[in-house]
Order: sequence, then structure tokens, then C-alpha cells
Amino acid sequence: MSEAIWGGIQGLISGFVNLHWSNPIMIGVGCLLLYLGIKKDFEPLLLVPIGFGAILVNIPLAGLMEEEGFLRIIYDAGIMTELFPLLIFVGIGAMTDFGPLLENPKIFLLGAAGQFGIFLTLALALALGFPQKDAVAIGIIGACDGPTAIYVTSKYAPHLLGAVSVAAYSYMSLVPVIQPPIMRFLTGEEERKINMGVVKKSVSKTTKLLFPLIVTVIGGLIAPRGLPLLGTIMLGNFMKECGVVGRLTKAAENEIPNIVTLLLGISIGATMDGRIFLKPQTLVVLGLGFLAICLDTACGVLFGKVMKVLTGGKVNPLIGAAGISAYPMSARVVQREGQKYNPKNYLLMHAMGANTGGQVGSVMAAAVMLSVLKGMGVI
Amino acid sequence: MDNLTFAVTMVVVGMGGTLLTLWILSLIMSILKSAFPYKKEEEGK
Repeated sequence: MSEAIWGGIQGLISGFVNLHWSNPIMIGVGCLLLYLGIKKDFEPLLLVPIGFGAILVNIPLAGLMEEEGFLRIIYDAGIMTELFPLLIFVGIGAMTDFGPLLENPKIFLLGAAGQFGIFLTLALALALGFPQKDAVAIGIIGACDGPTAIYVTSKYAPHLLGAVSVAAYSYMSLVPVIQPPIMRFLTGEEERKINMGVVKKSVSKTTKLLFPLIVTVIGGLIAPRGLPLLGTIMLGNFMKECGVVGRLTKAAENEIPNIVTLLLGISIGATMDGRIFLKPQTLVVLGLGFLAICLDTACGVLFGKVMKVLTGGKVNPLIGAAGISAYPMSARVVQREGQKYNPKNYLLMHAMGANTGGQVGSVMAAAVMLSVLKGMGVI
Repeated sequence: MDNLTFAVTMVVVGMGGTLLTLWILSLIMSILKSAFPYKKEEEGK
């Protein structure tokens, strides 16, 4: 009988006995993510489920990520099949108004420049000795676009998914802190004061309706490997603009992304098992991700300067910083910075145009990247 | 494929391809804007 009692007691303490040194650290990291989400309001919709998932997966013997574990089932169903990021994209498309971008289509180019950090960081990751597919996943943090980063990483470097996702979402929420010093460093005071005037409403409903169709067909033909990304974001936008599927649009804006965000967040958190996550490599990935977003901002502002010269001083280079996918935070940062130097300057709608261009740009950059990789025979 | 070739190809074709694609899209959008101009009557629809 004493053996049975001892066995029972062992059962109760087995969790503590099997605790790996990395588990308490990762439980602390999970708590930190919860703190950042709740107290600092850093992407709470993502960081709260990610943080909780990280805590869950670091409690030993629960088997949540083993064959029959519930987190493994969600992960396999939604991340490994790439379904979750694509469903999120339908929602993003339904929630985005591409009107400001279509008012001035040239701004599209800023959305391309804002993606250069992806490719430069990829090259740097290779120089630091990362394998080619890992370098692709690290570079994609520079898309500043969570679902795109998850889509690419889960496909080609799933072991980096936790680090890449946390980096993408954390840095996206830190855009108001990361971007202003770079914007100020690369522009002169006179440039920051440039007034771009008021955006006039000049886009017809037909143009808005044709936009998602054309992006899907042209983008898909140029970069077919990225069509799932492009197609889903444009499907969401087409539903919004056609105006005859209100119920579907409402579901795409609310219910679908709400449920998927919860499942996506908790599954990403579940990849943060201390024994896999706590490696020097993770810190390097986080550092390179930070650099990618800094490079995106710098390239966007520098391209804005080029556009300023080409347009005879009509473009304020600050709006180049909004050519990333962090919508609408980045546009707001540009508006705030512009008004610091010229209180009568309203750059918001111009920056919104660049920002939505950045959303299409990030998806297009990932699509181009995947097609180039396929063409080179790497994937 | 060695890393140098890979990196150079990705930077040149990747960055160039993204820029070119978005430039083409911006051109098409400009043409569409001219082909289907905004009409005042559309407001409120």
C-alpha cells in the first residue's frame, strides 16, 4: 500500500521533477508577452494568445504538442496547412480601403521600396551562416506582416516559426518607436515640412472593384507561387467593394479573423517550447528581424526622397516610411512626425496610400520571393 | 547553389521583381482611373 501511496505522490510531483531549466524561463517569456499585450497594448489580440500558448507548452508532461495533444491538432490543421494566415488575409482584405492608394497610384512604388529590407536581411542572414531556407524565413520578418511571415516560415523553416512570428508581431507594434528616429536621421527639416495638399476623392466605384481582380490576375501571373496570399487578400477586398455579399464581408471582417486569430496565436505560442526556442540562434533571428524593419523604413524614406526629386518637391519623403505593411500605425507615425515640423501639414491620407501600398507590396514581395526560389530550384 | 549566387539573385531579382510588378500595377491603375473617372453622382451610393 505504501508503494501505491508513493506512486500517487510521485504522480503529483512529476511535473516539477521533469521541469527542464528552460521551461521556467519560457513561462517568464510567456508572462512578458502577456504583460506587453495587456499593459502596453502591443498587438494584444496576438500577444495574449501567443503568451498563453507559450506558458501552456512549457508545462512538462501535459503533452499538448504531442501526437494527440490539442495544440498539435490545431497547429497541424491551421499552420502546417497554411490555412490560418490565408483566412486572416481574407479579413485584412475586407477591412482595407485601398481608396487612398488608388487616388495616387504612383505611391504604389513606396510600397515596393518598403520591402527592400526583406531581401537585404536575407542576404545578411546568409552571410551569418544561416541555411538558405532559414534566411528566407528571417528576411520575411521585414514584410512587417504577421500572416505573410507565418505563411512563408511554416512552409520553409517551421522550426523558426515561434521566433519569426514573435519578432514580426512585436516589431510591428513597436513601429511608433522604431521609425521616427530613422525618419529624422534621413530627412532634413525642410523636407519634413513639405505640404502635399489635400487628397481629392477621385476614384470611381468601378476602379475600386477592378483593382482586386487586376492585382490577382497580374500578380498571380507574375508570381504564381504567392497566389494564395494575393488571392485571399484580394478576395476579401473584392467582397467589400462589390457590396452584394454583406453577410460574407461582415464575417470576413469579424467572426472569421477573431476565431482564427485565437487559434493562430495559441498555436504559435505552442512552438515556443524552451528546449527548442532557447538557443543563441533565436536571439540572432530577433536581431535580424529588427534590422529588417529598420532597413524597410530607411529604404522607404530614401525612395521617398527620390520621388521628391522626380516630382519637383511635391512628395514629402516622410510618407516613404509608411510603405510597410504595419497598417495603419505607420501612416499615423508619418502624420505625427509631419505635424511636428509643420502643424498645418496633413500627410495622413497620403501616408495611408503608401501604407496600403505596403500591404500589397509585402504580399507581392513574398509572392515574388517564392516564385524566384521556385525558379532557382531552391523550393 | 552557393550562398553568394543565391543572395545576389534574391536581392536583384527579388527587389527588382517586386518594384517592377508594383510599377506595372500602378500604371494599370492610372489607366483605369482615366477609363472610369469618378463621377459626383457616385457619392452616397
